[in-house]
Amino acid sequence: MATGKQLQRREVVKDLLAERGDLLVVAGLGAPAWDATAAGDHPLTFPLWGGMGGAVMIGLGLALAQPARNVLVITGDGEMLMGLGSLATAGITGVKSLSVVVLDNEVYGETGQQKTHTGYGVDLAATARACGFASTSLIRAESELAPLRAAIHAGEGPLFAQIKVASEQMPLVLPPRDGTFLKNRFREALLGADSHSAS
Amino acid sequence: MPRMTDIDTETSHWSEDLFQTLKQQGVTQVSMVPDAGHARLIRLCEADPDIKLVRLTTEEEGVAMAVGCWLGGAKSVLLMQSSGVGNCINMLSMLTVCQVPLPMLITMRGDWAEFNPWQVPMGRATQAVMEEMGTLVSRADHVEDLAPLAEGTLRIAFNTLRPAALLIGQRLLGAKTFGK
Repeated sequence: MATGKQLQRREVVKDLLAERGDLLVVAGLGAPAWDATAAGDHPLTFPLWGGMGGAVMIGLGLALAQPARNVLVITGDGEMLMGLGSLATAGITGVKSLSVVVLDNEVYGETGQQKTHTGYGVDLAATARACGFASTSLIRAESELAPLRAAIHAGEGPLFAQIKVASEQMPLVLPPRDGTFLKNRFREALLGADSHSAS
Repeated sequence: MPRMTDIDTETSHWSEDLFQTLKQQGVTQVSMVPDAGHARLIRLCEADPDIKLVRLTTEEEGVAMAVGCWLGGAKSVLLMQSSGVGNCINMLSMLTVCQVPLPMLITMRGDWAEFNPWQVPMGRATQAVMEEMGTLVSRADHVEDLAPLAEGTLRIAFNTLRPAALLIGQRLLGAKTFGK
């Protein structure tokens, strides 16, 4: 199905996180977390090392807590498939500031390149549309990335983009592993130093 | 599976107490898979303009939501039935690894006077599963204990940054009998 040059995941994430402004980012476990880190480790990026299937819900909780900020969840097709119900949950809340981008390489890249359901034709963008996402797209071309980035910052969602990417394996670029550190770093950058004493 | 008995009127008084506890502790996000035992509390949360009530397709979504909620500086509580605890197991890892608070108010199935044999295995495993995953658990079987135990559950979760569950027993809720 792929025609011409396939999109390369690291370049896609670098493009989407360029000029990120005050964007809050959640990166799903595995390759999307490495991709987000390769684009630049950032206190307002929360990279996941577990919780498979939970990335969209973390983004939803964050978006509901911070209605003035745009929230971007970047995850993979395998992680999204494990939490398909969360598309229905996020869809019916109608949170405009929430964007979900799935880097869809159609395989479980961390475990031996086994094909995922999207490799057999499951259409995640159509699923998100059916779940009430206001803006959905299936993206294959580099020219579509700048408009997508603008849409993420426009906050007119909930937005869902399924981006077909090459399944090549990339060098590991690992974020910090200590979950409490990642959480405290994020809260301090967002809420200030007081966040450590408030409850 | 949501409990379908009409016990709402009987539970309304203690549901008010639970609601006041949520408000006093500054909870602004309530996620839930419904249970009849929580029906009144769910309606109170839904009617409150300062609380975002989020309907989940499965209970583990509420655990992940709590992580995002806390990252954003807000407080979340998860309402569910004991059968949903099994759905949460792996996701609970995030709460202990990241030290994220989450009080969970859990209505029991499969304990005192249970009618449905299919509810019993998860009901009898609920407390052990929660504790194995690092959650503090207390249990209310008498209505006079409910409000203080709920307040304690919220306080220990938010003040010590960990998951804490209150199990609300069928002895208190009234068991579902299908008229048998």
